[in-house]
Amino acid sequence: MNRLRAWFLAPTWTVNIVLFLAPLAIILGYSFLTRGVYGGITAPWTAESYQRLIDPIYLAILWRSFWVAGASTALCLLLGFPLALFISRAGRHKNFYLGLVMLPFWTSFLVRTYAWMFLLRDTGLLNTFLQKLGFIHTPLPLLYNDGAVILGLVYGYLPFTVLPLYATLERLDRTLLEAAADLGAKPWATLTRVTIPLSAPGIRAGAILVFIPCLGAYLTPDLLGGGKSVMIGNLIQNQFTTARDWPFGSAVSLVLMAIVMVLLFVIARGEGEGLL
Amino acid sequence: MKPRGTGLAIYAVGAYLFLHLPLLILSIFSFNSSRFTVWEGFSLRWYSAALHDTQLTESALNSLIIAVVATVVSTVLGTLCAYGLWKRNSRPLAGSLYLSLVTPEIVTGISLLAFYQWIFRFLRVQLGMHTVILAHVSFSIAYVVIVVIARLRTVDATLEEAALDLGANEWQAFRYVTLPAILPGVIAAALLAFTVSFDDYVITSLVAGVDSETLPMVIYAIARRGVNPVVNAISALIVIGFGSLVLVSERLRTT
Amino acid sequence: MECVLELRGVSKHYPGHHAVNGVSLNLARGEFFSLLGPSGCGKTTTLRLVAGFEEPTSGEIRLNGSSIQHLKPYQRNVSTVFQNYALFPHLTVRDNVEFGLRRRSGNHIETQVRDVLDLVQLAGKESRRPAQLSGGERQRVALARSLVLAPDVLLLDEPLSALDPNLRKQVRAELKAIQRRVGITFLFVTHDQEEALSLSDRLGVMNKGRLEQLGTPEEIYLRPSTRFVASFLGAVNWIGDVGVRPEAMRIERAPSSNGHRSRPATIVHSTFLGNCVHVDTRLSDGEPAVVEISRLGDTFAPGESVHLWWEPADELRFDELRQFDELHL
Repeated sequence: MNRLRAWFLAPTWTVNIVLFLAPLAIILGYSFLTRGVYGGITAPWTAESYQRLIDPIYLAILWRSFWVAGASTALCLLLGFPLALFISRAGRHKNFYLGLVMLPFWTSFLVRTYAWMFLLRDTGLLNTFLQKLGFIHTPLPLLYNDGAVILGLVYGYLPFTVLPLYATLERLDRTLLEAAADLGAKPWATLTRVTIPLSAPGIRAGAILVFIPCLGAYLTPDLLGGGKSVMIGNLIQNQFTTARDWPFGSAVSLVLMAIVMVLLFVIARGEGEGLL
Repeated sequence: MKPRGTGLAIYAVGAYLFLHLPLLILSIFSFNSSRFTVWEGFSLRWYSAALHDTQLTESALNSLIIAVVATVVSTVLGTLCAYGLWKRNSRPLAGSLYLSLVTPEIVTGISLLAFYQWIFRFLRVQLGMHTVILAHVSFSIAYVVIVVIARLRTVDATLEEAALDLGANEWQAFRYVTLPAILPGVIAAALLAFTVSFDDYVITSLVAGVDSETLPMVIYAIARRGVNPVVNAISALIVIGFGSLVLVSERLRTT
Repeated sequence: MECVLELRGVSKHYPGHHAVNGVSLNLARGEFFSLLGPSGCGKTTTLRLVAGFEEPTSGEIRLNGSSIQHLKPYQRNVSTVFQNYALFPHLTVRDNVEFGLRRRSGNHIETQVRDVLDLVQLAGKESRRPAQLSGGERQRVALARSLVLAPDVLLLDEPLSALDPNLRKQVRAELKAIQRRVGITFLFVTHDQEEALSLSDRLGVMNKGRLEQLGTPEEIYLRPSTRFVASFLGAVNWIGDVGVRPEAMRIERAPSSNGHRSRPATIVHSTFLGNCVHVDTRLSDGEPAVVEISRLGDTFAPGESVHLWWEPADELRFDELRQFDELHL
């Protein structure tokens, strides 16, 4: 039986090693090499790329990434919680409402990001609409700033908080809420003193599920932030295309990976249950 | 609880509007006869333009080919892997698959690019459809494994024992007892892998060759230059297409 | 009598835990044999060792004289009726029953299936799916599926425990009748002593991985060889070192005579159980004793002083050596 099982796992292992782990190992190596004259890689081995990261410019990008990801996560949790609460109380129609949340998520991410471009541009729907109604005379710069990026990220990842929050709320023992009411707690108090604290696992799970992709986001800050809202993802992409500084790009990538893995360990310690 | 119930319901309506309006508006304006953001009348000209644009149709075909091949390969590999893990977990493999899911796409993409360029020193190959397909297989497998393993966990483990007891060997037990039970889940996983592959921009843009442009790459290029109503039309088509696939997938996943 | 299944010193060790410890037994052809014991005693593991889902750490398992402990389940001519029946949900009743036959090359599948479905009284339900059957019907499908393969031994893992209590007695009788009719050796695992006693030609009592006693129902009930077997098979009152079963005692108002043993006791409480009465009493040393008496006899009031009578032949005594053994189990 074990031999059969090995055959079942071997192909996936091969793909995983050759096309995922090996490439990561390669950029780990590249991060310690030097940029060639025409781009590419040459000797000598050096830690110079990592040292360059300390530059204020790059630290600013790192900081911006954290604050954008953090703001997006917070907003996702704040907006997602009441929605999850609503769905968990929806009785027979729970699955329908849940599906309604997830549906936009599984259509194209690119299209959904573009939709916000369409809405927020100077000549986009919102500005045209407000101008037509006479509220403003010149278009508002709604696009190409941190706010637009946060909006795009929240729109993209909101379902990632709704799902785990809903899962936790659904499993909540209703009799605890009844007990609270029985002991004199008004609805708001029950919410803040009982429901929210008991939802902590879902909140934690949702936070991590949103924060990590937001931290490493590329498409959203690229399209909605223009060149004005540069995050780690944009920096990395830039190093591998325009700037052709592969060692530096690799170093930034590995720092991002390191942050992601630290966050995952923090969560693993708290939970103990993985996706797989 | 009643008053707060209504408040919550109102909020929910707002939230659902937030989630769905942008796409709805986009779809509505894809029928706008004007290229500006003022409604001027119903028209199908942008759909016609989209379907006649060779760059769009060729890239869509590329996306389709890539997605189909990548889906078939990743579904087969992923299903076998899920079955193996269900029998006995392998923490390293499960962990590595999980890692491939949470790694930011930009990192996966550039690492693959670096890997390919390094390989190309030894083999006489270039970036092209095959490099894209391999990349898609790599990131799709984890999705397939997740969906199929979830389905396997609903299967009674003693069924395979009963099959062995009745004279079937290990392969026959999988083929005649377990596989039929998980087939809806496998199809759901395949649909999921398809949508993930078709929609991918970040990784594809980094490892695609000159002649293997995909639809997301073309859309991205157009969108970057400005709001183009043709993109609205394509977007509407994609939303409806994907939406239907996902609905079918969900239905299958839970039968 | 021909021995169809033999276990010689079979053990199954897990790290830190001996699930099965040196079990030896012989099953005669056509016998209805039960393994009885509390949960965790190793009876199910023993069954799985015979079926081939586990391999013994040591010892030998012989079927019709040849060793089978290294063979895979599908290479052994034994078949299992699982506790949860393990019916293939995507197949009809007919497909389920045919499953094993289809793995072999052979003809007359249709006739065999029809005959076995008649035997378990499921004729007419061939096209149903398991989800459309009742619990009792599902159990019969599981039985038919295994019987149709004509195994040397049929293994049954607590097949009645998932049934409604009122259904159990009826199914029990049917099971016994089927076994007599087909003449296949049954190895039946249960924790219910009434089941084991009523169904078995012989039974083995297991505790903590060991086989404590092997014998006919009468032997095991009337002459238990260890304290454990005595208290597992029925109630026992312990008067000092000696055990006496509640139904072997009588309550009299006078002290004993004629060689009966007796002890003085005080009535605590009578419980009417329908067909009999259980009387809780307390002996002079404070220990309790329960006596089972006919509901047609005398009634006793709480607080009354009485005498408990029993025959010396009904005493259960256990030698020191056995008790020492128990402490080390």
